[in-house]
Amino acid sequence: MSTLIYTESPLVPADAIHDFTLPAGEGWMHEIKRGQTLRIVDLEGNQAADTLFYNAHDMSDRYSAQDTIRAQGAIYLTTGTKLMSSEGNVLLTITADTCGRHDTLGGACATESNQVRYALDKRWMHACRDTFTLQVLRWGRGASKADITHNINFFMNVPVTPEGGLRFADGVSAGGRYVEMRAEMDVIALISNCPQLNNPCNAYNPTPVRLLIWN
Amino acid sequence: MSEPPILFEEHLPGGGLWSWVLRRHTTLRLTDLEGGANVGLMAYNADEPLDRLNLPDTLKAQYTAKFTRGHVLMSDMGRALLSITADTCGWHDPLGGHGNAALVRAKYGERNYQQARNDWYRNAHDNFLVELGKHGLGARDLVANVNFFSRLDADEEGRLTFHLGNSKAGDFIDLRAEMNVLVVLNTCQHPLDPKPSYEPKPVKLTLLKTPSPAPDDFCRNFRGENHRCFELTERYFA
Repeated sequence: MSTLIYTESPLVPADAIHDFTLPAGEGWMHEIKRGQTLRIVDLEGNQAADTLFYNAHDMSDRYSAQDTIRAQGAIYLTTGTKLMSSEGNVLLTITADTCGRHDTLGGACATESNQVRYALDKRWMHACRDTFTLQVLRWGRGASKADITHNINFFMNVPVTPEGGLRFADGVSAGGRYVEMRAEMDVIALISNCPQLNNPCNAYNPTPVRLLIWN
Repeated sequence: MSEPPILFEEHLPGGGLWSWVLRRHTTLRLTDLEGGANVGLMAYNADEPLDRLNLPDTLKAQYTAKFTRGHVLMSDMGRALLSITADTCGWHDPLGGHGNAALVRAKYGERNYQQARNDWYRNAHDNFLVELGKHGLGARDLVANVNFFSRLDADEEGRLTFHLGNSKAGDFIDLRAEMNVLVVLNTCQHPLDPKPSYEPKPVKLTLLKTPSPAPDDFCRNFRGENHRCFELTERYFA
């Protein structure tokens, strides 16, 4: 059995400059300045927070799952992980984590991938990539579907087996667990609080996450 | 089974770059000529490039963190781009991504074109950008790439180890285009290849004239997910 390491944060919510609860199925796009800290709290447990980051001054320089994996030589994200951009910059560093492991292989649910994965008549169901699309189009400044790349799934557990299989394992999160990251440059965060009802990534019960920012 | 007719062949040296629009139902064969090659590859619907390879969708649909025969590389629109119809190697990496100029400099040092002509040190990131640019695409169109012929092993903590000797001289993989597919590839070393020297290996690229997939096609029937992916692709052409 693998070991999970939990790291608490000294930051207290009363000092946060931003404190917001994002219901399941909704999106949030927000600039985080260099030096600020973002905390995502899994309020009720086993919720997936699908997350992307961009260099705030050049959106084509954005979170890269593969560069993050390559840079640390490991698949799972936890305290100490540097979230890398496609141009090799450190966007944020994970500074606290009471969940212990987060996924960046499983991507976001989409209406089309739900058709492939479950049934052709699932296309109507709400999905993260629709949330991402609406958020980037509302953001404007030329942002489009091309900017929706391979995301982080905070609070999700997707182990790779020695035989090269991919499993969607029971969550290692629980109500109140959180992950915290410090922006190493000005970044834009894009979060879809996952509405998936076809698989256990949300324990079939999508729930809110709380988002806090500290200076 | 008789060998399909060859439409053309090209030799691509190590560190090289290439892109091509594969016509629907033709097959691109990649052959590792010396053993230890790495082919980083991205793929796009050539007629509608916003419809593009999505490795997370591809991996979760097939519950896999490696590629071999039967697997289908899927787009973010739920369509089939490339089917792996043959594979003598057995494991191809979807996790490790590609290196950039800083990584090549740190691992191998500097060797510029002025000094070394075409033996200069190239990097996969710039190679990808060059080939994307030829098709009107750019940095925003970079997607997670496959590394054919390379293998990473994950331990319980998720730490990755490069598997030496995964591919041998003569190993090949066949990729059948399920639509008109823009492939963008390069033959730079895998970014986690521990070899301390810059020694990217050559591959042979062969375009084969192959039939469209039959109802009993192995890749189509590899999993229910693949069958639905083929159905969505056929609807796209309906």
